[in-house]
Amino acid sequence: MSAVYWILGIPFAGMLYQAWRGDAPQAGRLNTRLCGLVFLASLVLAAEVLRQGTIELADLQFRVDAFNVYLVVLTAFVGTTTAMFSAPYMANEREHGRVNAARMRLYHAMYQGFMLTMYLVLTTNNLGLMWVAMEGATLATVLLVSLYRSPESIEAAWKYFILCGVGIAQALFGTVLLYFAAGQVEGIGEHGLQWSVLYAHAADLNPTVMSIAFVFLLVGYGTKIGLVPLHNWLPDAHSEGPTPMSAILSGLLLNDALYAVVRSKMLVDGSLQSPLAGHLMMGFGLLSFLVAALFLHRQRDVKRLFSYSSIEHMGIMTFAFGLGGPLATFAALMHMTVHSLTKSAIFITVGHAAQIARTQRIEHIRGLMRTQPMVGWGLVFGVVAIAGMPPFGVFTSEFLVLTATMEEFPWLTPLLLLGIAVAFAGLFRHLHPMAYGPQPAGQAPVQANLWPVMAHLGIVLWLGLSIPGVLADWFSQATRLIAGSAPL
Amino acid sequence: MPVPAYSVYEQAILFIAALVVFTSFLMLGQKRLSGMIHLFAAQGALLAATTALAAYTLPYPHLYISALIIMALKVILIPAMLHRLIVRLDMHRDAEPLYLYGYVMMAAAALVMFSYYVVEPIEHLSTLATRNAMAVSLAVVLLGMLLMITRRQVVTHVIGFMAIENGLFFAAVASTQGMPMVVELGIAFDVLVAAVIFGVFFFHIRSSIDSLDVDRLNRLSEVEP
Repeated sequence: MSAVYWILGIPFAGMLYQAWRGDAPQAGRLNTRLCGLVFLASLVLAAEVLRQGTIELADLQFRVDAFNVYLVVLTAFVGTTTAMFSAPYMANEREHGRVNAARMRLYHAMYQGFMLTMYLVLTTNNLGLMWVAMEGATLATVLLVSLYRSPESIEAAWKYFILCGVGIAQALFGTVLLYFAAGQVEGIGEHGLQWSVLYAHAADLNPTVMSIAFVFLLVGYGTKIGLVPLHNWLPDAHSEGPTPMSAILSGLLLNDALYAVVRSKMLVDGSLQSPLAGHLMMGFGLLSFLVAALFLHRQRDVKRLFSYSSIEHMGIMTFAFGLGGPLATFAALMHMTVHSLTKSAIFITVGHAAQIARTQRIEHIRGLMRTQPMVGWGLVFGVVAIAGMPPFGVFTSEFLVLTATMEEFPWLTPLLLLGIAVAFAGLFRHLHPMAYGPQPAGQAPVQANLWPVMAHLGIVLWLGLSIPGVLADWFSQATRLIAGSAPL
Repeated sequence: MPVPAYSVYEQAILFIAALVVFTSFLMLGQKRLSGMIHLFAAQGALLAATTALAAYTLPYPHLYISALIIMALKVILIPAMLHRLIVRLDMHRDAEPLYLYGYVMMAAAALVMFSYYVVEPIEHLSTLATRNAMAVSLAVVLLGMLLMITRRQVVTHVIGFMAIENGLFFAAVASTQGMPMVVELGIAFDVLVAAVIFGVFFFHIRSSIDSLDVDRLNRLSEVEP
């Protein structure tokens, strides 16, 4: 039995069990173990793909290739470490009376449910099912965003629900158009939504219909990626929900939405023979990057600050995927990895920092270095990494994006450099007083599990210093799938 | 120019398509929440009729199942649920003020024309009936969005959202003879769950801001005091 079934089955069973017993004292630990099991299964799956190439299952409903298998492993890894952090964090929140037993059940069940939808997005071969899973992810997380039931969190959840729901409906229209285009081609018939079949017939699909479809798909899934001007829900949802959820939203959901766009782009490129799709993505990506970098400066809420940073980095990735070409695609894939790892690590430290200061307001979070040096250092290293400083991996991937831009669109390089500088300044002016600064009276350390942070940042550092052979090989394979040729 | 000959099926689809857009316009002009819910149910019924018609005429028997699902979900279950909610929230007699009614209607008409313009390149690909169905469903999607933009009432937003899904279903049924069954079941499941969550949210929003007016959901903003 293929590991895909385990990867989908474990979170499903976990969701049902946690809905029943998710308030038990050991539920947090069970959550971690379930995610850990899926992580092991994902490694098995990766080994399978490495050994025998692309896997297709269940009448082509599931398909795992070099591109999505590494995202499955990444998703499982970040899901597991975030679950490790979430167990003591949510126990602490419960002690402070912010959540009760019923909401703990909801939280744990929806955590597993969200992981299930993420794995389904990544492994399914059916573009329709991918949409269903994406909408399912919205439904699972909307209840998590409103978990604290404060007026702010309910407002954020409502905004998230409506904007993402309407946004993603556009993606469904794009999917219907794809199916319509496939219906015009002989020999596709019933399989008109299966990605591998469509990809094989990409050249026969009608270019006009495909370009209209791509616009809808980009706008639809772009809402979910948080591309400007469709990003309004993102800072609210990330800042008002429980912190573990911010970590998985930033680290996983945005990646998976981008994955959907890149898959669509591969189809449209095959049909259109023109760079329309890439140029659209470049425009949206660059706009998101610049706008988010500017917004970093005026944030007062620490989680909002880092959610804008997420928009900024998703912008870079969308830009790089749009740029196309082996080098930019390689850089984008690497950036997806290092951003997920760094951003979830940052949200974990930020969660602890907010619990230490008992608020998310930046001006009240002070002197972390004195109160709990581990949290302070975690935040400093995390921000250094996400700002793109060497020797962390984010530097490497941003450098590669810049190199690729210089080759193809040299006149865009100054804009990118400017954005990176503005973002750097925005992050550091907020970081300095939070980490150093005088310590407010009555601030006490909290029980924290910083192993996930160290593991994530350690990997990001490692990727900055040297990319291990297996991974480089993997990125190259995925690049060959997306861009048509290997970068090296 | 010869008038194209339509089969009875195509004529029926065109007729229903016109009625579907008409219900969207009626929704834009409807003040009362209960009237809105009835219109939504009527649109669902038209959708179910289209699907059943397609199943009857074309060799796609699985569309009968889709028709049944649409009937159960969009004509009976969701409208009944919404109706019960507004009765429980004591809003079933509420009327919502319509702002800039004339402009909204003109914008709606413009959106319908825009939809035909967008779908125009598809014209030579397929029969005229299909093209009409595509344009109509895009129009219903856009009119649903317009409804959500111009209204302030949370319940109306939900109905606009569901009307958008109706438009998408219409596109799937009338132009591509329905999506594969597994996808359709998935979408139906999502819609059902979304409806339940919406119901939960009505009470949360009501208890947090003591009304269901989205203008009062304004705590989160970029510019802080």
